[in-house]
Amino acid sequence: MSTVVGQRPALTWAVNLAVLLLVVIWTVPTFGILVSSLRDKDQIAVSGWWTALFPSEQNIVARTAPPAEAEREGDNWVLRGNVFESGSGRISAFGVSIQQPSEFEPGEVAEMRGGGTATVEENGDYVVTYSEQPEDTRGERIFVTAREAPKFTLANYRTVLLSEGIGQSFINTLTVTIPATVIPILIAAYAAYALSWMQFPGRALLLAVIVGLLVVPLQMSLIPLLRLYNDVGIGKSYIGIWLAHTGFGLPLAIYLLRNYISGLPREIIESAKVDGASDFEIFRKIVLPLSFPALASFAIFQFLWVWNDLLVATVFLGNNEEQLVMTGRLRELLGSRGGNWEILTASAFVAIIVPIVVFFTLQRYLVRGLLAGSVKGG
Amino acid sequence: MAVSTTTAPSAAASDLGSLLTTALLTLFIMAVGIIVSVVFAVGAYGLVMLILPAYKLIGAVAVMILGVAACFGYYWGSNRLLDTIYPAYGANIGANITKANAIRPWLFLGPAVVILTIYLVYPVFNSVWLSFHGPAGRNWIGASNYQWLAGDGGFRESMRNNILWLFVVPAAATFFGLIAAALTDRIAWGNVAKSLIFMPMAISFVGASVIWKFIYDYRPEGSDQIGVLNAVVTFFGGDPQAWITVPFWNNFFLMVVLIWIQTGFAMVILSAALRGIPEETIEAAIIDGASPFQIFYKIKVPQIWGTIAVVWTTITILVLKIFDIVLAMTNGQWGTQVLANYMFDWMFRGLDFGRASTIALVIMVLVVPIMIWNIREARKDVR
Repeated sequence: MSTVVGQRPALTWAVNLAVLLLVVIWTVPTFGILVSSLRDKDQIAVSGWWTALFPSEQNIVARTAPPAEAEREGDNWVLRGNVFESGSGRISAFGVSIQQPSEFEPGEVAEMRGGGTATVEENGDYVVTYSEQPEDTRGERIFVTAREAPKFTLANYRTVLLSEGIGQSFINTLTVTIPATVIPILIAAYAAYALSWMQFPGRALLLAVIVGLLVVPLQMSLIPLLRLYNDVGIGKSYIGIWLAHTGFGLPLAIYLLRNYISGLPREIIESAKVDGASDFEIFRKIVLPLSFPALASFAIFQFLWVWNDLLVATVFLGNNEEQLVMTGRLRELLGSRGGNWEILTASAFVAIIVPIVVFFTLQRYLVRGLLAGSVKGG
Repeated sequence: MAVSTTTAPSAAASDLGSLLTTALLTLFIMAVGIIVSVVFAVGAYGLVMLILPAYKLIGAVAVMILGVAACFGYYWGSNRLLDTIYPAYGANIGANITKANAIRPWLFLGPAVVILTIYLVYPVFNSVWLSFHGPAGRNWIGASNYQWLAGDGGFRESMRNNILWLFVVPAAATFFGLIAAALTDRIAWGNVAKSLIFMPMAISFVGASVIWKFIYDYRPEGSDQIGVLNAVVTFFGGDPQAWITVPFWNNFFLMVVLIWIQTGFAMVILSAALRGIPEETIEAAIIDGASPFQIFYKIKVPQIWGTIAVVWTTITILVLKIFDIVLAMTNGQWGTQVLANYMFDWMFRGLDFGRASTIALVIMVLVVPIMIWNIREARKDVR
């Protein structure tokens, strides 16, 4: 095939460009929040993240100190200060009325409507001069157009980890995820072995039921289980959610593992039986080690699924500090901090970084599992 | 052999009797195994908590280890118990092994069957029962939940949107996945490209919602747009829009999120299928002078229809349950409600378990055709 393409340089170019376009479209959204999460929060609010490397132009409304505090200098009363409350920047224009916020160049002298003159230097220093002693206690408004240098910071991460509760939620998510990944693997592996290598009546029926359960929507189970948990007294607890995730993950786990375990070479298992090994020993000493790739595949699936789950956690865990998982927190922040992109982007990045690392390091097993689950059976 | 004179009916009766004994014994061993291992785990947990100070992290780690230990304990213990009852030595060795072999599979399957029954089978029946009951699930109200559903505007809106999702998302994700699979297989850096297109699959729906909400972000006309979409639109001279509030079309902006996530899945599976096509068919087509496009559409795609169907149905099931994206982005406002979110609404805000169960049953009914098809395919496969 490659030879066909090789003969047509134009087509090769087109294919490369098309793939590049796809890759850009598929990665830019994630890249956008990564860049944003590292930017200064005031800059996020006024300029697109793609301008992050360039100085940003900002319109600032500054208020001077109260005119009543002006000090006498010769015949005049003078107010001095800087329009930048914190940080620094360069002023490209300023104005004294909202209609013409960039009327004057830096250094020019502007007549103010209420009397007096104002000057803003390039570095943001302003001088307001009155010929008579002013009595106003409200500062004058000065409009400036500032160019700020790009600012990158880790402050957003510090905020979300320490004061927005993402750090605690991270631990909660971990507490949910690890047992909810390990328990179903163990239970499913034994069941898969029995379904592959042991003879008993009803085996085919049981397999059909498991394939059927693969697609039963989670929504069916929520209310009955919630009621059951309340009746039994489990309520909203980690035990409850571990078992729930185990239950919801089991059909896929059994299905994947059975596909793999039933494909192991018959000779190995039969010669072990001839040597007098029991099923229990065969499973533990031969099948389990040989099935490692399949176990890893399912483990990754289940890990990603539990880590990223919102629905099960919302239903079976509480909303308090000790139990709120990261997806739940993120959803809450979307509601309460809808406009604070510095918090949302940093939180989202903390939430997705672990699955992404797992994804990239263990992708091989994930792909193998996907193929085993979909191409063979379906 | 000694009882060769027994008549057929009593043989059946003794068969039934031994079956019953086997079943009871199985249940007995299973119960002992589960109870003993759980009691052991709980006891050990209590001991750990007594000795060590109650740091949350220690507790979590202890529970994790003990949970796994209890699982192992069950399998090991129940097997030991079975071997003690029917020892593989002594006078009745042959009969004992046969009897033990009849029970052992069920010990292996026991926990899985119990959990599947409680978490997936029982809820289906309980939901049916609940759908005929009032808000708290206590008083019988006949079919009035179904009557309510038939006339409810919110339900109709959810159905319409779910059907839209059902048509658009699987089609788009499969289409883009197929394109990506076909193209990346032809270039040197194809594997890197695949990884990157596949990556959104690792991102949660909520995380993806934040990512895309940022893209759709809207600032009033005149100020700098910080959302990519509005920036592009204003760059080409258009007016910025609050995309997720635009009636009807906002559904498509939500669908984009799922398409973005699922394309990688479709690509990975379809790319494996494409590589599995026998070389000869393609070589023959090349010799006959087929263009690359003809090879793709007329030779390759027809050979992977089966896999395309699998990808399509898998994404379809996901779409039927779609919930997080709608909840996080619009919470069903502005005409974007879908079934799963509507059910969640009635469960937690409406506090009407009857109505919520009825909506859940609708989702279940929509899934059933795919379920039957899957089971038939799987049985073909086993044969």
